[in-house]
Amino acid sequence: MTPRTLAGLVVGVSLALAACGGSDPETAGDTTVAAETTAVATTDVPVDTTAAPDEAESTAPQAIISLSPTATEMLYAVDAGDQVVAVDDFSNFPPETADKRPGISGYEPNVEAILALGPDLVITEGSNTDLLDALERAGVATWVGAAAVTLDDVYEQILGIGEATGNADAAAVLVEDMRADVAALMARIDALPERDEPLTFYHELDPTYYSVTSDTFIGTVYDMLGLRNIADLAEGESYGYPQLSAEFILDKDPDIVFLACTVYCGDTPETVAARPGWDILTAVAEGNVIPLDDDTASRWGPRIVEHMDTVVTAVEAVLAERAG
Amino acid sequence: MSGQVTGAPAGATPDPSVRAATRPTLPTVVVSIVVLIVVATAGAMIGPAGPAWWRVPLALLERLPVVGGFGIDSGVTEREWSIVWNIRMPRVVLAGIVGGMLSVAGASYQGAFRNPLVDPYLLGTAAGGGLGATLAITTLGPARESWPVDPVPIAAFVVALLTVAVTYLVGTSFGGVRSASTLVLAGVAMVSLTTAIQTFVLQRNSDVLREVYNWILGRLSTATWSDVGLVLPYVVVSWSVLVVHRRHLDVLRVGDDEATSLGIPVARVRLVVVVAATLGTAAVVAVSGLIGFVGLVVPHMVRLIVGAGYRIVLPVTVTAGASFLILADIPGRTLTAPAELPIGVVTAFIGAPFFIVLLRTRQVAG
Repeated sequence: MTPRTLAGLVVGVSLALAACGGSDPETAGDTTVAAETTAVATTDVPVDTTAAPDEAESTAPQAIISLSPTATEMLYAVDAGDQVVAVDDFSNFPPETADKRPGISGYEPNVEAILALGPDLVITEGSNTDLLDALERAGVATWVGAAAVTLDDVYEQILGIGEATGNADAAAVLVEDMRADVAALMARIDALPERDEPLTFYHELDPTYYSVTSDTFIGTVYDMLGLRNIADLAEGESYGYPQLSAEFILDKDPDIVFLACTVYCGDTPETVAARPGWDILTAVAEGNVIPLDDDTASRWGPRIVEHMDTVVTAVEAVLAERAG
Repeated sequence: MSGQVTGAPAGATPDPSVRAATRPTLPTVVVSIVVLIVVATAGAMIGPAGPAWWRVPLALLERLPVVGGFGIDSGVTEREWSIVWNIRMPRVVLAGIVGGMLSVAGASYQGAFRNPLVDPYLLGTAAGGGLGATLAITTLGPARESWPVDPVPIAAFVVALLTVAVTYLVGTSFGGVRSASTLVLAGVAMVSLTTAIQTFVLQRNSDVLREVYNWILGRLSTATWSDVGLVLPYVVVSWSVLVVHRRHLDVLRVGDDEATSLGIPVARVRLVVVVAATLGTAAVVAVSGLIGFVGLVVPHMVRLIVGAGYRIVLPVTVTAGASFLILADIPGRTLTAPAELPIGVVTAFIGAPFFIVLLRTRQVAG
């Protein structure tokens, strides 16, 4: 049990365990958790008094394997990082996961390689049912965190992972913290001047113009922030991930272009501006081609608030530019 | 790049009697060119966005140097024109080049191997191209976006040619060039090997899975004029060499031994035809990905319409193939608009049933 885990517990469990956690505040380092102390304490104290921490600790899984980058981020964010023995190849955040990647592919996981690591809990996003069946036959517990559709799904999943790993309190703190962050972002949106027409945007998944509709998780996030998605006209196709035609994108002339493949595809505002014909786009002319972090813009994890912050900042910049 | 061999023997002095027999092909070729122009114009007029379809020809005329002076007003805005000129036109032109190249390469391969079920990917062009693209995407990573030239098509082109070269060396070292079937079998082996390597590399780098998959499905959707410029030199060389050799292919139809006794250097002709067809195919695969069935189906469509003689089949497959792919790309762009349908899906969707019918009629006839 690291100081970090302790700090998370302390915050949730409130003053009852002050003796244990009292020496740790400076090592906690997690300012967001600390900031939430008061808000959580009131709601969670009754629950926590019923759960004896020692008992929870003994039954909690201590050899977790995560095959989902989103689940990995959630695990570390609810202070279950020390219980994780291995993660899949794409789980690149937080940086502490670096020495826990034995080369297990999330796409084509090798069941024997997973079992060889002796997990007591395997977390996946559930698309590989063969794997889940095999793990079940081998008697390994599994927990599925399927792709979220709304922010509420995200909160629910974080709480679920907290529950499954014996970190329910830290999870509750994290969720309250995220709710507060989202509320703050929504307040920034509400503070913007009224508009007759919402700003339009194009979310580019890769340089061949794949995009997302509002049916997807990332799509609902933009929707929450009051933006209009040009890809929604392609709804009903491609399970929410249509490949748009370049003609259509130029014709719709979105106010903002969000690039969600900056790390893996090397998309930049410059490469977009250099595409033949794309110079006529308002977003290109006004400098509103916004590079995103590929990972925060595709995972339904705790860092979704960072993605939302990028989007809100972009919207504020566009409106400020046009007003000024 | 590796275009050195294509300038090789451009055919012996043609027999005057053979030349006489080619004359009736002229009207057929002219008709096929007219069809191509009509289809290409339609392709330029139809799209999910941009100006009303009937304004497009006006806008084209308006921008012509001389005709434009007559005060034509198409009413097309700069934005609409940019969509037509920068997005749609390169796509139509590239589809035409790719379709024409794959078709004529398919017809030539079918002639060189005397096998109607052969397509231009037979000796490993497609598999090699796919491997080259996969290697470039996985090893170079996103840094390649900032390169002045996209290295992916170049890698696809080079590896495609290397794969075919290995196939040829393997095939001819055991069976000799005279045995076309040995070469075909060597192709099967090389395609399997190359595909296996590609699958292995992909499996080790599954983060680029979608990127490679997109590439394989065909990429007309991001066509630019620079893509057109990139392939055109190779394709023109390839077309010229193949069309020049159309009479040799006719003679090959009677069999290797008979053709040899008629004074045709069978091995050399087969080598030149295969090299020329491969060069062009590798170039179009490099910019457009793997577009299935065009190279197999279009030559057969052409044979059904104009007869089996290569004198006429080869030139007509160029224009027919171009028309076919431009036509196939129109539903690709518009059917699910504003979403795209990969061109490889459309051609295979049309091509597969056609292929089945073809097999059936062959069975009935034979």
